[in-house]
Amino acid sequence: MQDLKQQSPYGVVLEHCKKGELAYQWSAADGKAVFYPRVSAPGSGNARLEWRVSKGLGTVYSTTVVNYKGEPPLNVALIDLDEGFRMMSRVEDIDPMQVKIGMRVRVKMHPGDDKQPAYPVFSPLLSEEGSPRSGGGGGR
Amino acid sequence: MSLKRASVAVVGAAESDLGQVAPGTSPLDLMAQGTLRALEDAGLRFSDIDAVFCAASQVRMGPLALCEYLGIKPKYFDGTQIGGSSFMAHVAHAQAALEHGLCEVALIAYGSTQRSVSRAAASPREYNPYESPYRPFMPSSAYAMAAARHMHQYGTTREQLAEVAVAARQWALMNPKAWEKEPLTIEQVLNARMVSYPFTVRDCCLVLDGGGAIILTTAARAKSLKRKPVYVLGTGEALSHANISSMPDLTVTAAAESGPRAFRMAGVKPADVDMISLYDAFTITPILFLEDLGFCPKGEGGRFVSGGAIAPGGKYAVNTSGGGLSYCHPGMYGLLVMIEAIRQVRGECGERQVKDCEVALAHGNGGVLSSQCTVLFGGPSTV
Repeated sequence: MQDLKQQSPYGVVLEHCKKGELAYQWSAADGKAVFYPRVSAPGSGNARLEWRVSKGLGTVYSTTVVNYKGEPPLNVALIDLDEGFRMMSRVEDIDPMQVKIGMRVRVKMHPGDDKQPAYPVFSPLLSEEGSPRSGGGGGR
Repeated sequence: MSLKRASVAVVGAAESDLGQVAPGTSPLDLMAQGTLRALEDAGLRFSDIDAVFCAASQVRMGPLALCEYLGIKPKYFDGTQIGGSSFMAHVAHAQAALEHGLCEVALIAYGSTQRSVSRAAASPREYNPYESPYRPFMPSSAYAMAAARHMHQYGTTREQLAEVAVAARQWALMNPKAWEKEPLTIEQVLNARMVSYPFTVRDCCLVLDGGGAIILTTAARAKSLKRKPVYVLGTGEALSHANISSMPDLTVTAAAESGPRAFRMAGVKPADVDMISLYDAFTITPILFLEDLGFCPKGEGGRFVSGGAIAPGGKYAVNTSGGGLSYCHPGMYGLLVMIEAIRQVRGECGERQVKDCEVALAHGNGGVLSSQCTVLFGGPSTV
């Protein structure tokens, strides 16, 4: 069980982010990835959670483009990581409207700023021909 | 032990003032106004209330604040806060308390001044380190991603989403209390200001002031009151997540659990429902709920609502008030969802009245498709 007097689950995530790593938890008892990281696995209460670093490859599960007044359009997406967990993020380096469900993406660390510590965002995973790849969770 | 079909009835129902209220009006002013109107509607006195249920985004401890304001000390109270479906949950909880004799007359109240004070001030969002850095425009972006996923999986189109808004507007034009007074076309919905793709501002509910109250009592006492009782035939509550990134499948809501629970208790099926009142926070929500509540197969919702099927004169009477999209949406719209269903069963909806409406379904949604609660109401012929 996480010793909350020493470090929080989010604290561990942040430390990995600073190293450019996307951390998640693995519940061996359930055979399931856990994200967001927490004290116990959802559904079972298993507190013996193993920390792992994701390979950072995933597929866009859903996507939207937010139009804030006076700002360029902003992508917000849900990404299914290959290790079996989902997270909210943003796909960068592409026109936000061109982010498509089923698109393959790779994590990169946004450096953050004074107020916001480093956090994971994604880039399209390009095929050898240089066009965005699709696959994985695109079907039903 | 489970709740009993038609053991309790709604005997009073009323909106507070809706739309834009005067500066300085509080959510509690609106709850009190709704309460007095609902009591008058029921022919009950202030002193008859012995149970209070309420929730509001602007009032952290609802029952405390409302009971202080009204100057009552109820025997029973419940401030369950699960967003816009809270009031359907309150009906189920009130029913349990009434059945067990813990109280005799239950008040359920709501009030919001989100138009007056701004939506950001009325319902500030909690910071979530796993979502907030990405600046989703909540709650719109959550529902937009559900819509995008539904479009991807089932071929649902933006035109089909727009049909929901257009149908709501047509109903609203028959409701004197509705905020929107002008007709709306599919093209106008599609070409309106884009908020969070695929939603334009016309795919999103109104941001208004408003509230109301309903009064429930035991079926036995209801028979002695002046209004035709509207029986609670069935209730069902379910929740699936809090944050959209933790929703297991963005195309399936927990209405698929709350609905069957309510139908089982009521002993009716979707085909028996004469009028459907669904929480339409966004154009995708009635589509999801029609599927999940069993009115059409999963994935067919977009096609189901097409061609004016849920508009006046269509095959299904859905959101006859004009809904959160065109009538009134004060932030947690579930109480008003029920009030329209209750009025349809009473037969007091005038121009928009559904003929021989004996069974009405009211479905509430809270959070970001997070909590789902269903109530089936029935007229005297159903008991």
